[in-house]
Amino acid sequence: MTNDLDIFVGNTTLIDEEVYQLWLDGYSVSDAVSLRLRSGILEQTGATVDVLQSDTMDHYRTFHMLERLLHTPSKLIHQLHFQIPPSRQAMLIERYYAFDEAFVREVLGKKLSKGTKKDLDDVSSKTGITLKSCRRQFDNFKRVFKVVEEMRGSLVENIQQHFLLSDRLARDYAAIVFFANSRFETGKKKLQFLTFEDFAYCAEQMIQNWTLGAVDSNVDDMDVDLDKEFLQELKELKVLIADKDLLDLHKSLVCTSLRGKISVYNEMEANFKNLSRALVNMASKLIHTKDVRDFFIDLVEKFIEPCKSDKWTLNDVRLFLTQYTTSAHTLDAFRHQALWDRYMSTIKSCLLKMYHD
Amino acid sequence: MPGKLKVKIVAGRHLPVMDRASDLTDAFVEVKFGNTTFKTDVYPKSLNPQWNSEWFKFEVDDEDLQDEPLQITVLDHDTYSANDAIGKVYIDIDPLLYSEAATVISGWFPIYDTIHGIRGEINVVVKVDLFNDLNRFRQSSCGVKFFCTTSIPKCYRAVVIHGFVEELVVNEDPEYQWIDRIRTPRASNEARQRLISLMSGELQRKIGLKVLEMRGNAVVGYLQCFDLEGESGLVVRAIGTVCTLDKISNTAFLPACNSPSKEMKEIPFNEDPNPNTHSSGPSTPLKNQTYSFSPSKSYSRQSSSSDTDLSLTPKTGMGSGSAGKEGGPFKALLRQQTQTALEQREGSPHRFCRRREFPFFTLTAFPPGFLVHVGGVVSARSVKLLDRIHNPAFVGIMGNTRSYKLLDWNSFNSDEPETRDAWWAEIRQEIKSHAKALGCHAVVGYSESTSICEEVCILSASGTAAVLNPRFLQDGTMEGCLEQRLEETSPPGCGFCHIPYDELNMPFPAHLIYCYNCRKQKVPDVLFTTIDLPAEAMVIGKGCLIQARLCRLKKKAQAEANATSISNLLPFMEYEVHTQLMNKLKLKGMNALFGLRIQITVGENMLMGLASATGVYLTALPTPGGIQIAGKTPNDGAYEQHVSHMQKKINDTIAKNKELYEINPPEIPEEIIGSPFPEPRQRSRLLRSQSESSDEVMELDLSHGKKDAFVLEIDDTDAMEDVHSLLTDVPPPPGFYSCNTEIMPGINNWTSDIQMFTSVRVSRLSNINLTNQTLNKNFNDLCENLLKSLYFKLRSMIPCCLCHVNFTVALPEDEVIQVTVTAVAITFDKHQALQTSRVPVEKTLQRASTDNEEQLQFPLELCSDPLVSQPFSPAKEVLENASSHTGVPAAQRAASLDKASPLAEGHLRHRSVPSCTNSTVSVVKMTPLSFIPGAKITKYLGIINMFFIRETTSLREEGGVSGFLHAFIAEVFAMVRAHVAALGGNAVVSYIMKQCVFMENPNKNQAQCLINVSGDAVIVVRESELEMVPVQPSTAVSQPASAGDVTT
Repeated sequence: MTNDLDIFVGNTTLIDEEVYQLWLDGYSVSDAVSLRLRSGILEQTGATVDVLQSDTMDHYRTFHMLERLLHTPSKLIHQLHFQIPPSRQAMLIERYYAFDEAFVREVLGKKLSKGTKKDLDDVSSKTGITLKSCRRQFDNFKRVFKVVEEMRGSLVENIQQHFLLSDRLARDYAAIVFFANSRFETGKKKLQFLTFEDFAYCAEQMIQNWTLGAVDSNVDDMDVDLDKEFLQELKELKVLIADKDLLDLHKSLVCTSLRGKISVYNEMEANFKNLSRALVNMASKLIHTKDVRDFFIDLVEKFIEPCKSDKWTLNDVRLFLTQYTTSAHTLDAFRHQALWDRYMSTIKSCLLKMYHD
Repeated sequence: MPGKLKVKIVAGRHLPVMDRASDLTDAFVEVKFGNTTFKTDVYPKSLNPQWNSEWFKFEVDDEDLQDEPLQITVLDHDTYSANDAIGKVYIDIDPLLYSEAATVISGWFPIYDTIHGIRGEINVVVKVDLFNDLNRFRQSSCGVKFFCTTSIPKCYRAVVIHGFVEELVVNEDPEYQWIDRIRTPRASNEARQRLISLMSGELQRKIGLKVLEMRGNAVVGYLQCFDLEGESGLVVRAIGTVCTLDKISNTAFLPACNSPSKEMKEIPFNEDPNPNTHSSGPSTPLKNQTYSFSPSKSYSRQSSSSDTDLSLTPKTGMGSGSAGKEGGPFKALLRQQTQTALEQREGSPHRFCRRREFPFFTLTAFPPGFLVHVGGVVSARSVKLLDRIHNPAFVGIMGNTRSYKLLDWNSFNSDEPETRDAWWAEIRQEIKSHAKALGCHAVVGYSESTSICEEVCILSASGTAAVLNPRFLQDGTMEGCLEQRLEETSPPGCGFCHIPYDELNMPFPAHLIYCYNCRKQKVPDVLFTTIDLPAEAMVIGKGCLIQARLCRLKKKAQAEANATSISNLLPFMEYEVHTQLMNKLKLKGMNALFGLRIQITVGENMLMGLASATGVYLTALPTPGGIQIAGKTPNDGAYEQHVSHMQKKINDTIAKNKELYEINPPEIPEEIIGSPFPEPRQRSRLLRSQSESSDEVMELDLSHGKKDAFVLEIDDTDAMEDVHSLLTDVPPPPGFYSCNTEIMPGINNWTSDIQMFTSVRVSRLSNINLTNQTLNKNFNDLCENLLKSLYFKLRSMIPCCLCHVNFTVALPEDEVIQVTVTAVAITFDKHQALQTSRVPVEKTLQRASTDNEEQLQFPLELCSDPLVSQPFSPAKEVLENASSHTGVPAAQRAASLDKASPLAEGHLRHRSVPSCTNSTVSVVKMTPLSFIPGAKITKYLGIINMFFIRETTSLREEGGVSGFLHAFIAEVFAMVRAHVAALGGNAVVSYIMKQCVFMENPNKNQAQCLINVSGDAVIVVRESELEMVPVQPSTAVSQPASAGDVTT
């Protein structure tokens, strides 16, 4: 005797969070059943494998029907088809749009194109995340990207409004969109020590300070694209390293104020010019898309690695960057104070966030 | 022109993309009522169009208002080709026609297409202006209220309960018309949906007319069913109970609220002696195949005790030729033995018996004092051959919409269409005579059903024979009847158990004992009923769902041969089902069944029987004896051992069940029992009727001399199987209870956490070597597994009770069994359970002092009744004390469920304004029960009666049969909720899925499903909210903000 048809429909849609997670993780029904079996659910409830199989199928069908709505969360809220309490709706959306750290690190900064999607099986085998789950996460990134890409207003707010995500998740998505748009390189071996959280923080800083939205809150793409004018102006900072007097003066100011305070004074003094050149050169080159993409590599190669090899502590870095930034203000010959602050405050935040093992 | 219907199309949302090129839609809407159609402008290039149309006005007869649905079609405008339909919304405007129900229908409705399902939503506002029409000869019956609820609706009081009303209309099924060969499946489905909508509208109007004729103003327990007879047509039939209801309004608080039914009451009561117009039609015996049986094969009647002595069965079958029923052979006996007694009875105070042709009541719960005695279950079945419902003129004019106007079959001379009605009249007559035989003048908990397979149809009717208190049945002045009532001074907790028939002229051999509660009157040892447990009944422990399941193979045959073979099988099935029920009841250690529903389903090559009921232990009835197993070959040692092993297992199970259901009746010493027991003749016996040659068993003497034992004989392997199957029924897991009645005895502290669900399983039997045994096992497993699956799915609700568990079985194809279950799971609070026996009583007492409506407080009225405080015999007092610890009247438990409050009126004023502005969709609760736990119904908004067809030609793509049906049932729920919300309601009570016909053709990748659901749309207010609001209507009125919270 076989059951051709076996369904359970509740007036309030029944959602099992465990099964939902298994579904999100991309397990097939039979895999999900064996995973549930292992969790000892049968012993707790006295049910049989058949019951578990039927229950899992039912949930999977429900999720499959809900998936269409989850693509546009506002539809899920307004639809009449499934009666789901608001708290559950929020849970469904939040979990659907949640992503795996391992996955996002693979995809962050890549173009969300068909080509990338084709490579997802590599990502899947590398991360151990099922291909199905990878596809869902990738499609989520792409969907969010498409919707908010050309929208006015705050990126985070737009994401929150259209996808009804929690504040935290919306911020993460803002970072993903921002990275995908500017195609920052994050996958190089040297960058592997950085977590998604590091990047998300940097993205937030850059969005806050370096985009069009930072100066004008009513333009298209305001939070997504970097402020071209600002990048152009950054060239002006070159004077700090090009003018030898200015560079020496800057160095002596920083050294004077850090003497006795910083544990790596000698190393700092020896390296000052290199570090300053690195930071200012990066600034002047940011107008080129290619250099924008290499932004994080540059930060690591030209600043973080030298410091690390000299065993700077985080506090040393903080002291140095603070002093390095403020000292420039006292250079009379240097006239780009506002520009300098806009650049350095973000660089400083990023470097401090990224300065770990 | 007594009515003006006004419709406004506001907006649409989430529309499907109809133009692939632009990924957008150019939508417009057609609004159609009767023959008039209006159109909105095209709203170009949008999936969320804002039409904001003018008011479309239809000036129509109120007759049409009742019959016709409002039809809203959303289309995609196409400049070059025909406009594409996106979907439709049918709105039944009936709720707008009574003054007390909804005043406006406004809200978002899912746009439904029979091929694609729900495709977006549309916001519509509908209003009706009714002009008063005093035409005496009117054809409409606006203003008559309909309730699916099978008890007096919560915010009403029954002034008079008039009695039975029935009607049926027939038509050709559009699916079987010639035109169906050339039209699209969509057009065919829509024609069918529309026709059924029209037919049910007309049926309801006709019933309404009968109600007015009977001087009633409402139909309670309205049950409408469709018979899809295929080629021979479509029958829509309905039964109900006519009442004069009075709205309970606390005049002290809200004087203006009480208006509608006053007028009715003042009209002098003048009964039409024969309101049922089509009882006189002669039956056509040629086509009517009824089954008969040989009297030597006996089976016991539902209501009878286990003491079935075959020798009493007459050898001449007088009952043959008419429809059969449980205890059919006794009928002859009854007629002979009890005729005189009955005649005497009929002369006695039950005047209404003569007035009404069918003294039937579809109610299952009653106002206190209404039910005096219960006799037992009466049922009748009849096998018929379907024939085409002729109307040649009807075919061929389908193009004209007006031709959908239904056949009024009374107006046709051909006597063919009358057969349907004659068939039912015949069965009702049968039921009536059974009830008489039980010394009862009425049948309560009455219902009718059919099972159709090809051209064979089984008509079934069943109910509970009862003696009713006449005061509700006439337009009596309430004051007068108070003294008159309870002339027999039956104590409230057990009175209904007392036998209504004469002990000396017993209609069947039964085992009678003096009532364990009052010791004054006789009671049977087991009581079977189709009604809910009366509120005042004294019960020990908890109840449980008891099911009997049975399959019988039958040869495939045609026409009359088929009907005959079915007729021959039916009595055996009835007997088997009854035996199983009795055995399982004993196994549970219980002595009464409530809510009994026996369904016999006919298929091509088998018959299925499924009986569900809720077993309870009534304190008034004796403790059931155990089950004794008797081996047939006493010399075989190993066999003996096996039998004793089995016996032990059974005894263990009984003991375990008693513990599980907390059945611990007080031990009563023999001396206390004031009246002597009848001679100990407790040997009981049941016969297996597997084969025709079961007569030899009769010779066996089974008297084991053991008191109260119920003997099961193991005479062959079949019997062994059956005993095994008895023991395979697994009790629900800890924390779960289940019943098929409204309330579960022994549980009184429901929380408001409810989950209504429908579960469907279709199982294909491997068609090799099907025997009755394997079939039985398969069917049993199917049901048991389904229940197990439910317990598992709802495990998060523990502790929880599945209430109103309703199983239906269908046999859509050879070797295919479909089981559909609808029920509601309600969580209860475990911790409060122990101490509540006192609290609710006090609570009710307090409440009663403020409520002057007697209707509200069932137990109280009886408790405070002077009759109760009459001196009892000492023995009784002892018993009362003993049982007061364990047996609490069910009503006291129920009291916590629906505390009445005078506030209702004030509150609902606000609720009726739908909150469209709210961004989130409002929650609509659904339940098959007549109440929502933890909440109070403040207003009934009208009946919901919806019929949907869904078809697919891409079954695989939609996730196979499971995906298809899962989505469809979810859609049906969604549409019911949307209609209720648009009426301003937030719940559906007495919800029932009356039909779920599923057909598939996997080879063609096709499937079709028809679903019919109904229920009462209501506004409920949570009790906690009611209590928060001070008892002044003014405050309630000034709190519109609280209205929004109600739905949460």
